[in-house]
Amino acid sequence: MSQEKSWKEISMAGVCSKSSVGFLTGDWKTYMPVRDLEKCTLCLTCVMFCPEGAIKWVPEKGQIWFDMDFCKGCGICANECPTKAITMKMEKE
Amino acid sequence: MEKQVKQETVAYNGDEAVAFAAKQCDVDVVAAYPITPQTIIVEKFSEYVANGEVQTEFVCTESEHSAMTACLAASVTGARTFTASASAGLALMHEMLFVTSGSRAPVVMAIANRALSAPLNIHGDQSDSIAERDSGWIHIYVENAQEAYDSIIQAFKIAEDVGVSLPIIVGLDGFTISHTLERVDVLPEDAVKQYVGERQLPNVVTQEGKTVPFKLDPDNPMTMGPNALPNYYFEFKRQQEEGMRNALKKIQEVNSEYAKISGRSYGNGLVDAYKLEDAEVAVVCIGSTAGTLKVIVDQLRQEGVKAGLLRLRTFRPLPVEELRNGLKNIKAIAVMDKSISFGGFGGPVFNEIRHVMYDAKEHPLIVDYIYGLGGRDTSPRDLRRIFEDLMQIAKTGHAETQVQYWGLRE
Repeated sequence: MSQEKSWKEISMAGVCSKSSVGFLTGDWKTYMPVRDLEKCTLCLTCVMFCPEGAIKWVPEKGQIWFDMDFCKGCGICANECPTKAITMKMEKE
Repeated sequence: MEKQVKQETVAYNGDEAVAFAAKQCDVDVVAAYPITPQTIIVEKFSEYVANGEVQTEFVCTESEHSAMTACLAASVTGARTFTASASAGLALMHEMLFVTSGSRAPVVMAIANRALSAPLNIHGDQSDSIAERDSGWIHIYVENAQEAYDSIIQAFKIAEDVGVSLPIIVGLDGFTISHTLERVDVLPEDAVKQYVGERQLPNVVTQEGKTVPFKLDPDNPMTMGPNALPNYYFEFKRQQEEGMRNALKKIQEVNSEYAKISGRSYGNGLVDAYKLEDAEVAVVCIGSTAGTLKVIVDQLRQEGVKAGLLRLRTFRPLPVEELRNGLKNIKAIAVMDKSISFGGFGGPVFNEIRHVMYDAKEHPLIVDYIYGLGGRDTSPRDLRRIFEDLMQIAKTGHAETQVQYWGLRE
């Protein structure tokens, strides 16, 4: 968080102080999902289950993409993956 | 007063006076749930709605928590919003009171002050709204039905001021004011409408850098009620405090503006001093007890006693300077608390008054009388005895006890 504003500069009651798009909740995570490309069948179960909408289906590339800026590392994708293609690893490693 | 508007004298109890004032203020939304001794307010208002006398959207909710939630939601769309409650109803609103003030929604709420359970008691004391001291609402307490009427009209003007933008509680003592029929002078409806005017909205800057009015509007979408983490929450609370500070000025301004059309004012709007300038002994209180106290002060003055009274009309924001100036030359002060702070050193009002006087050059002796809990009657004789105590304290320069329970069987 850079250039934090004073109470005199921010809009009333928190309105529009920051768009939620600019609020990167991805830095909350401890574990991150790692996908095994050989096991993944692109069934898109993880896309549907991700509570943050952080797993995106990119039709032009015929691929999925994990947006780490918003992935909180909850592990639901790994839990739901029918081929066990997703494993949760410590983010620091 | 010169520019006074011609008024009609009617017989209203406090609750009816409040409902009538809300009607004249052209309220857009009322969301409420009935509770004694406030019930007459929403009952009367729903009659106005049923008769087509107002264009208000009346929302019957299943609880007070929902009532306040609906009021908040209505208010942030730019609607003028009103509700009323008391006791357990207000307590159930507790969570939403903070959300409403934090969202800077200028909801006006009348509270017919009533004791809290247990044991169950429907009668008047101020424990309910005083317990919401730190909820971020402005608190104004009135002395009679006339002031209840006037204060509701003023409340919209204060709360909706763009520099204030805070919700406001107008407290009227349960039964003593809420259910007692009094003469009330009412302004013509057009005069009230003209005085209160359209609701003004503060401006906010959107993410795109556009300056737009602060309201939920599909043309200018904005996030309301977002989360603010440790790096911003504190700043928003400081902003709220600024709204309170602005209210100190606004309440005085509204009090004198309103006097020009109605001929009525209540002290400077913050404190209502009675024969205080040269007083040696004085009582500080909130609400209807001040009416009886004025009679006692008059009696004592005739007997040569320099007695005075300070009625704290605005409890939040606390008028620190006005209290300090008003009480600086008094020798002995009795604070009357119609609520109790269990385990504390005296009642909530006592704490404020003693605290305010700590930095005064001359320290008056200040004692507390906790009284009237659960609607126990306070007679003129009881009040006179408080002054007799004070005269003794002023004479000896010593108070036996700081905190007493007045009218309690020991």
